[in-house]
Amino acid sequence: MRPGTPRAAPSIGARERLSDWIDRHSAQVFIWPAVIMILVFSIFPLVASLIMALSRIRFRGGTYNVRFVWFQNFEKQLFGSEQFHFLGTFNGLGLLGWAVGLAVTLLIAWLAISYLRGPVTAVGLVGRLFTWGLSLGLGWLFAATLFSGHPFGTLGTTLFYVFVGCGLQFVIGLALAFLCSLPIRGRTFFRVVFFIPLMITPIGVGYAFRMMADTTKGPFSPVWQWAGLGDFAWAADAWAARFFIVIGDSWQWIPFIFVVMLAALESVPRDYVEAAQVDGATSWEIFKDITWPQVVPVAATVLLIRVIEAFKIVDLPNIMTAGGPGIATESMTLHALFAWRSLDLGQSAAVAYLLLFVTVVTCVSFFNLVVLRRVRA
Amino acid sequence: MNRSAMQWLFEPPSIRDMAPGTKVIVYAILTFWTAFVLFPIYWVLITSFKSAIDVNSGPVYLPFVDFQPSLHAWKELFVFDFWDTLSAYVNSLIIALSATAASVIIGSMASYALARFEYQPRFGVVFMFVLVMVGAFVAVGRYGVDWRLSCAAGVAVFYFLARALGRHFKARLGNGDILFWMISQRILAPIVVVVPIYMMFQQVSLLDTHIAIILTYTVINLPIVIWLMYDFFTSIPIDLEECAQLDGATRFGVFWDIVLPLSRSGLAATTLLVMILSWNEYLLALFLSTSRAQTMPILVAAMNAGERGILWWSMSVVIIVMIIPVVILAIILQRYISKGLLLGAVKG
Repeated sequence: MRPGTPRAAPSIGARERLSDWIDRHSAQVFIWPAVIMILVFSIFPLVASLIMALSRIRFRGGTYNVRFVWFQNFEKQLFGSEQFHFLGTFNGLGLLGWAVGLAVTLLIAWLAISYLRGPVTAVGLVGRLFTWGLSLGLGWLFAATLFSGHPFGTLGTTLFYVFVGCGLQFVIGLALAFLCSLPIRGRTFFRVVFFIPLMITPIGVGYAFRMMADTTKGPFSPVWQWAGLGDFAWAADAWAARFFIVIGDSWQWIPFIFVVMLAALESVPRDYVEAAQVDGATSWEIFKDITWPQVVPVAATVLLIRVIEAFKIVDLPNIMTAGGPGIATESMTLHALFAWRSLDLGQSAAVAYLLLFVTVVTCVSFFNLVVLRRVRA
Repeated sequence: MNRSAMQWLFEPPSIRDMAPGTKVIVYAILTFWTAFVLFPIYWVLITSFKSAIDVNSGPVYLPFVDFQPSLHAWKELFVFDFWDTLSAYVNSLIIALSATAASVIIGSMASYALARFEYQPRFGVVFMFVLVMVGAFVAVGRYGVDWRLSCAAGVAVFYFLARALGRHFKARLGNGDILFWMISQRILAPIVVVVPIYMMFQQVSLLDTHIAIILTYTVINLPIVIWLMYDFFTSIPIDLEECAQLDGATRFGVFWDIVLPLSRSGLAATTLLVMILSWNEYLLALFLSTSRAQTMPILVAAMNAGERGILWWSMSVVIIVMIIPVVILAIILQRYISKGLLLGAVKG
């Protein structure tokens, strides 16, 4: 041991004691790095963001001043001058709007009554109140906007991306995985090719699809000219632009669902399937009664991961349409980003928090009511 | 068409074979999807060899037939702007690889711990910690207390409160709650936390450095790693580990020599996914880097150069070049991945 630096070169005994110490406390050593990192990166940002969402922040000549305004930012988004932007335009309900709204209300009332008849726990009830409340609100939101012929805001657009996009991706991804799990030649080739889009950066996908969709200089422009739609621009029509973004998003994310579901399908024991085939079951029956129950847990998890990611969509709408025409393709993250760019930090944080609320309630409901209840029980 | 022809077309001749009609339909669908997947990539590839006139005068499809391919965009990026391109590329590599390694190591340790040990933190203590920390942040934000002082004071106050009052709380949380808390962090949209994270790194003057982006990517990918690996670890029989421990292996030895090799396929798939996510991330990099730590996705976006319009050809070069490392990693990990992501969830 060198004099003066007793700790720089610990003896073998000390080293043993250290490894012993680590071993005895392994339960703590294994988990604390992750806990500390997540704590640092979640508690402080969440609190700071909430404080920003409750304040009005003004920049004046290099400095800024913060004024605490309670819920004014949220009020502005939900009921005030930004309502058209976040929720949509309300101008009375149409016939279809009333029908849809009442249908949603009846459905939720029926769910609530059937739950309350069974055993009720405090946590379960509170959780379900959130789920019911949000579904009721969203039901009436769409009833008053989409089904009454008025435009909806960034909330509706985000939900459109999430539900239509994820539904489409799940169905196509599962179908492709099923086809690739059949005994065909070239499976490895298809598996590799179908995986490629996932590796391309989302920004690149955005620009590539912008080129694809160009009706004058893009690769399909002769088709558009021939169909007499040479002047048609995707980005100028609200619904065309939305579907166009969903197509780009699907192109990128179907591979993810495809890869996961293919692995799940291939892990289904072949004996079961062959036994059913010998007994004369049709392919549809085999899929429905044997394969599907085996892959449901994976399907639910992969769908949940996809839904969580889909709520954060920002690159594609930003690049393909810049949120346009008007606000038709603006997702909530993009809404918050634009607010941030115009230095309105309070509104930006408020929109981000509303996104967080919707995402949490949706994903936790899905997790508790579908993944835990139906699949693992 | 009569019945026997239909039978010949759509009824499988034997168990492991398919009927010709079904086969044609399956191949038609798969071929269509191959075209759908490859065409945009092909278009990006040929765009990278086009001159500005070729791009702007309408569609041309085949190099050497429709147009004369030129290397001008490649030259521009790899000869004239060589150092800028190289620095972004190296930045991206360093950041993505370190963040992937860190989150896979830390995440699989945590998920192994949750799969094997039992944790029972007291609910009251956790709640107290959150309250004390929120108090500390409010002190920083509203009363201008120095953040180091405030955080240290918060931790000290929490420590003494927990020692004094901890025993009196009865309600406890379990492993499931911890797992759920960690996974739920993935739900946090980056836009909610990005401005505070920016302020945080500004305070410790780490903005525009690799370490800031690496840390952030590590944390945002931790939940995915924990989620995917947890199912793998629970599906490994515990007997093996108990045997090794009886033979005198340490916990860490068991984890390193037995558990990790057994969950290779899950690790490979998770690594690839995390690598893809951090290699391609844009929003956080946009906030956290300005020049020195700029990553490739920022370079792609930079090709939309204001008044000159979008430099499609250069952008295509960057997109093509960006795929290469991911493809290499995918090829390296490929033989494990066919076993599959989330396979643990099937068994579990």
